Amino acid sequence: MASIRLENITKKYRNDVAIDNLNLEISDGEFFCVLGPPGAGKTTLLRLIVGLETPDRGNIFIGDECVNDVHPSRRDISMIFQNLALYPDKTVFDNIAFPLRQRKMDAETIKLKVVEVAKQLKIDWMLKRLPSQLSGGERQRVAIGRAIVRQPKAYLMDEPLANLDALLRLEMRVSLKNLQNDLKKIFIYVTHDQVEALSLGDRIAVLHEGVLQQVGDPETIYRHPNQMFVATMLGNPPMNFFSCLLEEKKNSIQIQHPGFTMTSDNQSVQKVLRSKSGGKDVIVGVRPEDLKIHLKKPDDRSAVETEIFVTEPLGNETIVDIKLGDKVFKIIDKPDFEGKPKQAIWIELNTSKLHLFDTESKKCFYHSSGGNDFQLTKSIDS
Amino acid sequence: MARIVLDNLVKRFGKQTAVNKLSLDIADKEFVAILGPSGCGKTTTMNMIAGLLQPDEGKIYFDGKEMNAVPPGKRGVGFVFQNYAVFGHMSVYDNIAYGLKIKKMPQSEIDREVSQVSELLQISNLLSAKTSSLSLNDMQKVALARSMITKPRIFLLDEPLSNLDAALRNIMRAELKNIQKELGQTSIYVTHDQIEAMSLADRIAVMNFAVLQQFDTPLEIYNQPKNLFVAGFIGSPTINLLDAIHSSSDFILEDFQNKKLTISEKNRNRVHDQLDQQEVVLGIRPEHLKLSDKADTGNGDLTATVLNIEPLGSKTIVYLRPESGNGKVIKAIMDSDYRPKTGQTKTLVFKEKDLYLFDRISTDLVLRF
Repeated sequence: MASIRLENITKKYRNDVAIDNLNLEISDGEFFCVLGPPGAGKTTLLRLIVGLETPDRGNIFIGDECVNDVHPSRRDISMIFQNLALYPDKTVFDNIAFPLRQRKMDAETIKLKVVEVAKQLKIDWMLKRLPSQLSGGERQRVAIGRAIVRQPKAYLMDEPLANLDALLRLEMRVSLKNLQNDLKKIFIYVTHDQVEALSLGDRIAVLHEGVLQQVGDPETIYRHPNQMFVATMLGNPPMNFFSCLLEEKKNSIQIQHPGFTMTSDNQSVQKVLRSKSGGKDVIVGVRPEDLKIHLKKPDDRSAVETEIFVTEPLGNETIVDIKLGDKVFKIIDKPDFEGKPKQAIWIELNTSKLHLFDTESKKCFYHSSGGNDFQLTKSIDS
Repeated sequence: MARIVLDNLVKRFGKQTAVNKLSLDIADKEFVAILGPSGCGKTTTMNMIAGLLQPDEGKIYFDGKEMNAVPPGKRGVGFVFQNYAVFGHMSVYDNIAYGLKIKKMPQSEIDREVSQVSELLQISNLLSAKTSSLSLNDMQKVALARSMITKPRIFLLDEPLSNLDAALRNIMRAELKNIQKELGQTSIYVTHDQIEAMSLADRIAVMNFAVLQQFDTPLEIYNQPKNLFVAGFIGSPTINLLDAIHSSSDFILEDFQNKKLTISEKNRNRVHDQLDQQEVVLGIRPEHLKLSDKADTGNGDLTATVLNIEPLGSKTIVYLRPESGNGKVIKAIMDSDYRPKTGQTKTLVFKEKDLYLFDRISTDLVLRF
């Protein structure tokens, strides 16, 4: 059984720190996603694990063995890249059989293994074809087949679906997840696509500029992001951020935005806000699904008056964009939303689902947990 | 600013027909998306509109004037590509001003135009920066600004957002839509991403295998897809399509061990009138399919076992397989905190009005219930 453990890993390219003191433990059989924007260090991380790069500092363990000095070919890990490097002059069969032939396996066993893998990936009927006769999705399956045929300890995947079109990507996502369920081996899957990370990963590690930001299961990462960067990476459309001011009153505390004011009488909330260090600025984060649109001014609750900027009908939902100041905010509404650009609307914030971030450190210091934390008390007339 | 009419355009490459008898009437100021899988002919269509390719048959008109013989430079068309063609060694200002400088516009006018367009795109603070130091998002804005400043009457955009990361794509989508409405330039946007097409366009032209499938508003395309291809191409996750046989008052669901689905009296007659053969496909979108633990829910007791789930934060996608079915996978969109166990059996719940009925032979939509 193999777990993969990284201890204080640092990797530099000249003066650029690609990976900065990273610690991580991935357990056997885990589908582990690494999520981050281009340049975050995701690919470097994979290359370190597979052995194509050597860390400047720190140790990499596979099982109990420190593999820093172990050659890539002896680490028993296979890697699948975004650009599927298939041999164009070899048939599908020969492409999949390649790693087995390199290991000088006998022809009978090779045939058995290739056919088994091909069946698993539903490409057994095309074994005699050349890569040029296959569609993008089929080619991707062959590349995966070649990686899994020799049954290594772990599979590392570098955006393997990025070059496929949207429909195919959806389909391949499901088959990858099923495949991992069958193989029960470690998958480390690198992506910049949050949907892939949320839907595939048992756990997600969010990486930014070489630094590990947060590790957790998809739900934790989505609902309790530990900082603004993580909150932005997850969710489509991403979380909205309102720059606000804290105003301390005698028995309450207010969060003020040019468009609205929220007040909290709750003692524990006040305690957190009053003891917050680093100035009176605060950033309020609200997910697009936690903002509600009223086309008429609601009588029984306060709401922020504004107007529609644009609407994006997506069929199963409508994204409504509003502008407060010069910033665009996004709200998810029903598929049959009827508002038009420039029309006046009233926005209700779900105050039980707010996230408060420190303006300086960008760290989240509070996730509201109940309906009584805040009340929207005033909306300034525009 | 122009109305664009494509009249029976045909383009062949050797024996391959890339675009087959394409006719489109695009109104002045309209934002039209051409949507389809790779190889469907969408980029070829755009290249013909721009004049980079000559059609083998058919005519192209801008505001009633035939364009076939007009060279690209004289068509008044602006381009923005997937790979932003910006000059890395030039400043943002010089990049944006480039199109005006080669037209030998006086400097004061150039200054005014550049400041106007950069304000609109919110890059005024970057004008003196080197383009190579910009983020991808800003670089794409510079590419847009450079094309916009020449005030083409027609804007052609070929997957301009596909190199941006997801968060930036989201922001740029809203900005682009708003800018297009403010400038009022007729715009054609080529994409394989149905979400972009749906969210940006006034109307979408869906193409497949060189042929136009449907030309309609986003919601019309979503709710009244002309055929199985359009239905399957729009919507994420994709629509559930179930093979069925129509018999007098019921549908026999082949994917569910021939269980019967009985439909209401009112719809029975409509189906009877409009369907002229037995083999059909019933469609139901994942957001209209709900899962229940109760046995009978009035939909003929259709059950399926949970294969896996995708917790996407704001919602959960559940993949299921019909019990002792033929391997088809069914998708349902459920609430964000819905967490069934793999292998659990669920009953499918849906409303008759949310069903789509397709003819399995012609693949055309027969009716919505």
